[in-house]
Amino acid sequence: MASNEKSYAPGQHPDLPAPTNLVGPIAWIRGNLLSSPTNIVLTALAAWFLYTILPSTLNWLFFDAVFTGEDRNACRAAGEGACWAFIGERFKLFTYGFYPLEQRWRVNLSFVLLCLAMVPVLFDKVPYRQYGLYYAMAFPFIAGWLLVGGNILVLELPIVPTDKFGGIMLTLVIGVTGIAFSLPLGILLALGRSSRLPLIRIFCIGFIEFIRGVPLITLLFVASTMLSYFLPPGTKFDLLLRVLIMVTLFASAYMAEVIRGGLQAIPNGQIEAGDALGLKYWPAMRLIVLPQALKISIPGIVNTFIGLYKDTTLVIIIGLLDPLGIGRASLSDPKWTGLSNEVYLFVALFFFISCFAMSRYSLYLEGKLETGHKR
Amino acid sequence: MPNQTDGANQNQADQNQNANLAINIVAMHKWYGEFHVLKDINLAVTSGERIVICGPSGSGKSTMIRCINRLEEHQQGDIIVDGVELTNDLKNIETVRREVGMVFQHFNLFPHLTVLENCTLAPIWVRKTPKSEAVEAAMKYLERVKIPEQANKFPGQLSGGQQQRVAIARSLCMNPRIMLFDEPTSALDPEMIKEVLDVMVELAQEGMTMLCVTHEMGFAKTVANRVIFMDVGEIIEENTPDRFFDHPQHDRTKLFLSQILSH
Ligand SMILES: Nc1ncnc2c1ncn2[C@@H]1O[C@H](COP(=O)(O)OP(=O)(O)OP(=O)(O)O)[C@@H](O)[C@H]1O
Ligand SMILES: [Mg+2]
Repeated sequence: MASNEKSYAPGQHPDLPAPTNLVGPIAWIRGNLLSSPTNIVLTALAAWFLYTILPSTLNWLFFDAVFTGEDRNACRAAGEGACWAFIGERFKLFTYGFYPLEQRWRVNLSFVLLCLAMVPVLFDKVPYRQYGLYYAMAFPFIAGWLLVGGNILVLELPIVPTDKFGGIMLTLVIGVTGIAFSLPLGILLALGRSSRLPLIRIFCIGFIEFIRGVPLITLLFVASTMLSYFLPPGTKFDLLLRVLIMVTLFASAYMAEVIRGGLQAIPNGQIEAGDALGLKYWPAMRLIVLPQALKISIPGIVNTFIGLYKDTTLVIIIGLLDPLGIGRASLSDPKWTGLSNEVYLFVALFFFISCFAMSRYSLYLEGKLETGHKR
Repeated sequence: MPNQTDGANQNQADQNQNANLAINIVAMHKWYGEFHVLKDINLAVTSGERIVICGPSGSGKSTMIRCINRLEEHQQGDIIVDGVELTNDLKNIETVRREVGMVFQHFNLFPHLTVLENCTLAPIWVRKTPKSEAVEAAMKYLERVKIPEQANKFPGQLSGGQQQRVAIARSLCMNPRIMLFDEPTSALDPEMIKEVLDVMVELAQEGMTMLCVTHEMGFAKTVANRVIFMDVGEIIEENTPDRFFDHPQHDRTKLFLSQILSH
């Protein structure tokens, strides 16, 4: 198709539509599903697999499922599907644990405040972000007061003992506390580990290595039983608070190592440039090194967050009831026997939604922080 | 003082030598562990003077100029910059670093900040300049290095020559009295070298005190007051550019010149 004469002046060639075999649904199918013999076989296998399992799964999940009912018999009568009525009936328990009924507005309010606090943290284009961030920093303490009660200045709320906490609310309390405090702690530990002052360095290395060398369950046992031997007799030290501290310390040790990896990736020249401009240690870290190091560490940081969030289920072992604990306790109700599938699926779905959201957000953040310096 | 003329400097220097020295290095030694990298360095730079430092790879050129703003620590002898002696005293180090700008071979721009933010960072956080003033000053210097239109881009989106000019502007934003350059053009393609050298020549003409490690002999001939040749950690020879290039004294210098001028 080589034509000798040019139909356009140099530089004036218009954009032509792409050939039809490059765009459109058919091209997509060809390119992605049928591009090679192996691909064709795999596509066929996948289609067959979906064909065999999808109908029965959907039937069980939705079409034959029972969504309302008084007890197990309501479900039996209707047939083979899932008995979501059970989850429906226990939904409040799954959400609030044993938090007193007439005080549950405090949990709801805390949740609304949590959502508000996350907006300025997660998105940087919100108006008055500065103040939003101050609020977000204060949030854990506000929520702590709201949920536990007590009086601050003139405000007074009835005290709810923390052993009434449970369910999704407990997971969020532990997860959010762990996430909010382990990141700054991890940053300090990572910086301390590369400090020039031997005392600080040795302390940080010792702390990180100790925590990483001990399973979280062990730490939780220490928190629930042994700690009372070390503390002066008669001191009351709330079990949930101990758990929060242990979970935070545990996550911060991992966080420190993730961030140290990021710190090591920052070329020395960056610090030298900061030094040469007269920046002191903390401004140089805050303005130059950490923004870059944290950006590199985002996948690892979010990974640690997700790990921490899922590890909150381990508190069952020391008698706190998170959604999984509540689910297992509900299974022994004689009115609703044999519904473990529904319970575990529901709990899995709850965790999956939270963790998947975190993972998607981390991808979004990575994309947004990309400034084209990977050339 | 950057705008003082040479003549004025010369007179003052005659009257009161030490008071007017921008940099005074006396009998300075430095070791890296066992390795004696700088040996008995003596160098006095009056303000407004432009000095070019050259020498073979590994001769200690970078190490020497990095000692001047204490990116490297020396073990023996004195370094006095603008009347302030460099010791372990952090206050002194901070004072010196505020007065001394440095441009690196690999630019060392902050990749997560825009060009403008690169330039305003130090004035805002070190000099505590209000942001609007810092931005104004930064735009002035970006204009001087001829890239004001790139102010809102990230360093990764610029060419090497543009990045190095940003690095120069970033240093100038701190209003330094002394500028150190460590091979500012050796990571650049030939066509970009000129745009960076042009900026440096302009700076020299304005009377900035400059120490420049470079092998750009054309640049040395145009702007340098003195050329210093280093080898194996010592200053072997120092002279005016004319005499240095036309009548080198030492065999080592002759060999070096024949090597770099041969291509
Ligand atoms: N951090 C360090 N530790 C140990 N030795 C070093 C260190 N930095 C530099 N050296 C050594 O000191 C000597 C001088 O290094 P320097 O970087 O000052 O040389 P240079 O003259 O700038 O060379 P080039 O032209 O290659 O940049 C070299 O032999 C180098 O190997
Ligand atoms: Mg060098």
